[in-house]
Amino acid sequence: MKIIITVVGNDKVGIVASVSKQLAERNVNIIDMSQTLMHGSFTMMLMGEFTTDKTSFDTVQKSLTELGQSIGVDIHTQRQELFDAIQKI
Amino acid sequence: METRQIQDTIQMIEEEHLDIRTITMGISLLDCIDGDSKRACQRIYDKITTKAKNLVTVAEEIEREYGVPIVNKRISVTPIALVAAASDTDNYVDFAVTLDKAATDLGIDIIGGFSALVQKGYQSGDRKLINSIPEALKNTSRVCSSINVGSTRAGINMDAVQEVGQIVKKIAAINPQKCMNLVAFCNAVEDNPFMAGAFHGVGEADCVINMGISGPGVVKRALEQVKGESFDVVAETIKKTAFKVTRVGQLVGQIASQRLDVPFGIVDLSLAPTPAPGDSVAEILEEIGLDSVGAPGTTAALAMLNDAVKKGGIMACSHVGGLSGAFIPVSEDAGMIKAVQANNLSIEKLEAMTAVCSVGLDMIAVPGDTTAQTISGILADEAAIGMINNKTTAIRIIPATGKKVGDDINFGGLFGHAPVMKVSESQPTEFVARGGRIPAPIHSFKN
Repeated sequence: MKIIITVVGNDKVGIVASVSKQLAERNVNIIDMSQTLMHGSFTMMLMGEFTTDKTSFDTVQKSLTELGQSIGVDIHTQRQELFDAIQKI
Repeated sequence: METRQIQDTIQMIEEEHLDIRTITMGISLLDCIDGDSKRACQRIYDKITTKAKNLVTVAEEIEREYGVPIVNKRISVTPIALVAAASDTDNYVDFAVTLDKAATDLGIDIIGGFSALVQKGYQSGDRKLINSIPEALKNTSRVCSSINVGSTRAGINMDAVQEVGQIVKKIAAINPQKCMNLVAFCNAVEDNPFMAGAFHGVGEADCVINMGISGPGVVKRALEQVKGESFDVVAETIKKTAFKVTRVGQLVGQIASQRLDVPFGIVDLSLAPTPAPGDSVAEILEEIGLDSVGAPGTTAALAMLNDAVKKGGIMACSHVGGLSGAFIPVSEDAGMIKAVQANNLSIEKLEAMTAVCSVGLDMIAVPGDTTAQTISGILADEAAIGMINNKTTAIRIIPATGKKVGDDINFGGLFGHAPVMKVSESQPTEFVARGGRIPAPIHSFKN
């Protein structure tokens, strides 16, 4: 299953590290990532992939949401098909 | 990974109120017909709660996984006037209470189908159902009712038009807010996912999933980027935006259909506003260049908007259906409310607007002393627009008991509030009293 993770918040040390660590612990492979500062906000997008025998969408989403709360950034996790459906014919 | 496109999509959802307005499961109750009304009600309850057992769970799963809000989870059923006709009772309130209980137990927001189709005449269940509507709505909280009084093929049943005026007044006498649960149609559609008018037509499959999309905020934001450009550019921008919005409906419908193991029916390409700031059809029209909705030019702008939404949406999904057009309810649209309060928008202008979009005079509060005949006259006018133009039209009018023009009536939540609007005091008494049928128009004879 492919997922898109977006991370938005105030820039600080260790955001990329803590998100990628969390993903590694959940057996989610990062297959693409992009990071920028937009209007003063740290914005990162990752495409992750995992197999459902290793973890579940709910587990990954919940752990990332909790991580976001603990480090003070918004983390959204959505299934990737949504973006293809909207943006591609 | 297309980061720009991901950002666009997230912005549409987070900032521009892109959502799925409704996932509506249509359920046929034809196999629940029974001579014993109690047994019929039990079979109805059992069928609805079996078929829709997982509807709310699946909808919530999809919301969570895809990050797209699904605002309403609804059910539509076969018109109860048909289902109850064989039962040994003259009062159909128990059927409404059964629908309400099933909806409550399932966690469904609204259930539609306490309905009668009388465009050409009454079968035995129709009159019983119509007479039961005031008490049925009084005793339920989630049931919606509709009456189809006319069609392009059949003409307009003026007996039913007269009766609707009286029923609306009876409901208003009990509780004016309940009037928002009743809609009277011309050319009602059988696969409409939106309330109050959803019912599951007899030509439909046993059980289907229909989707109603939304997204006025997304269209408005897109139009902000093409200020001053020609209408060619405006229409093209709306088409592209409608395509994206509709794709969400198609995707969610497909997934829901697979997970529920129920066929996917249609996507209704409607721009449905809410009272939330930035989720308004009126604001789109104003973005096109009107000082206020209601200004000269409003009908043309709305016609273009409605057409462009359909053109963009139609390619984005496999089956289009329902009402498919821009909704212009007054109470559910902050821009419409503002225009009425500033005397920029009248019932007469709204009537003209309904000739070019769906669905009709929707969620309009009128003074409490508005007569039943006036309401019937308004319905006849709307039905005539629908009949002649081969489109769906409707009225959902709320006589605000004890209130006069300029007062306000609050419906709560998604339904907003409505300023009481001026209605012509000139009476159509003898016109309404004639009864009978307005014959079908010449262009209905296509065979």
